[in-house]
Amino acid sequence: MLKETALVAYHKELGAKLVDFGGWNMPLNYGSQIEEHHAVRQHAGWFDVSHMCVVDLSGPDAEAYLRKLLANDVARLKTPGKALYSAMLNEAGGVIDDLIVYRLGELFRLVVNCATRDKDLAWMNTQASGFDIVMQERDDLAMIAVQGPEAREQLHRCIDNDAPGDLSVFSGADFDGLGTQLFVARTGYTGEDGYEVLVPNAQAEALARALTDAGVKPCGLAARDTLRLEAGMNLYGHEMDDTVSPLQANMGWTIAWEPEARAFIGRDVIAQEKADGVARKLVGLILNGKGVLRAGQTVHQGGSDETGIITSGTFSPSLGLSIALARVPASFSGDCQVMIRQRALDASIVRPVFVRHGEKQI
Amino acid sequence: MSELRDELKYLSSHEWARLEADGTVTVGITDHAQDALGDVVYVEVPEVGSEVVAGSEAGVVESVKAASDIYSPVSGEVIAVNDLLEEAPETVNSSPYDDGWFYKVKPSELGELDNTLDAEAYKALIEE
Repeated sequence: MLKETALVAYHKELGAKLVDFGGWNMPLNYGSQIEEHHAVRQHAGWFDVSHMCVVDLSGPDAEAYLRKLLANDVARLKTPGKALYSAMLNEAGGVIDDLIVYRLGELFRLVVNCATRDKDLAWMNTQASGFDIVMQERDDLAMIAVQGPEAREQLHRCIDNDAPGDLSVFSGADFDGLGTQLFVARTGYTGEDGYEVLVPNAQAEALARALTDAGVKPCGLAARDTLRLEAGMNLYGHEMDDTVSPLQANMGWTIAWEPEARAFIGRDVIAQEKADGVARKLVGLILNGKGVLRAGQTVHQGGSDETGIITSGTFSPSLGLSIALARVPASFSGDCQVMIRQRALDASIVRPVFVRHGEKQI
Repeated sequence: MSELRDELKYLSSHEWARLEADGTVTVGITDHAQDALGDVVYVEVPEVGSEVVAGSEAGVVESVKAASDIYSPVSGEVIAVNDLLEEAPETVNSSPYDDGWFYKVKPSELGELDNTLDAEAYKALIEE
């Protein structure tokens, strides 16, 4: 039995193709994923991301607990509503999950991945021993992402409140709207400006309908994947997992090494890896000819016996060619070859950001 | 509900074949296949003049989501390919049975088409 979000009936009404995604019955597309992709780059689209898991953490030890649990440092969150992106590592320095954490007064709000929900909560409970904290999963809330250059003004109109316009990037707060309270954050997973909105389940459909009626295009998980890949954003289970160091997943920037005394889980292992030199790196790839790069294809460079591997690949609707993220030996750069159906095709290694704010980055 | 055409022959791997009045056979993929693949972004067809073999790979269709091999319903020499798909692969989505055809064959064994499915049998297959 698949789990369903508060919007499942509305997805069906809109003609969505629903698929099993991590145990949830989620919309893959509502027709053409490419049209949905372009709508987000050029105007605005909305996504049901209620399968993401929201956990509120409170109690006197909440901050101390998170400073041990996360590779990034919540002590850096000085102002209420500010968020940061972090890896949660295991003792071996592998990535259990990537998440966003907000400081909301005395409370911390974590948004973690759907597929990793059970192991995340189990790990968080295990690590909570000795800390005076309270964890509450917020399954009373649905989550709708509104993304694109017109997304923010569209949301303001739909909730009849333009106060979220004052939010700085990567922060969130509660606002009145739809006769209830909404948590609106200026975050996303598309490389465009926009919001992610936590809305009580009972009001979720009203918000989604208002957005559709205003011309914000309903977008499925397929478009979400091409958008995040163009933006060079990691997907858990592809770019990283329990066996992959954050240093090999382009997540070095999310690790707070200072203060040195902060003993977050996994620190010793990745500090040693950093000191020894990181053997592999996550890069972007562009296929120079026709075809489509896919996860699992191998990457080769003349003069090296070592190979890399594509972690996510797709056709980029914005660029009109195939792009990928790949983990390759640290020595790789410039031109390379990818094996596609037993043929070596020419590709180029680039910085792993392809499109941001509607602009090509390559 | 995906569209089917009574005059076509089908493979269980979701290709269609149409016997033309001049004795050639046109090949493409079904409406059901294009719908399952989603937005098509790249089509690789055999070269004109090459030989294809019934039941063997003759090309590849790639959507944003996945790559899928194309199997030939008949054996013979490829006499034409649809150049439109080079520039506008999405034609496979919008017109799978007409403008979105893949290639034409001068069949060497027309009897091979007897081994394919008719519309009713193919319909039963995709509704399983």
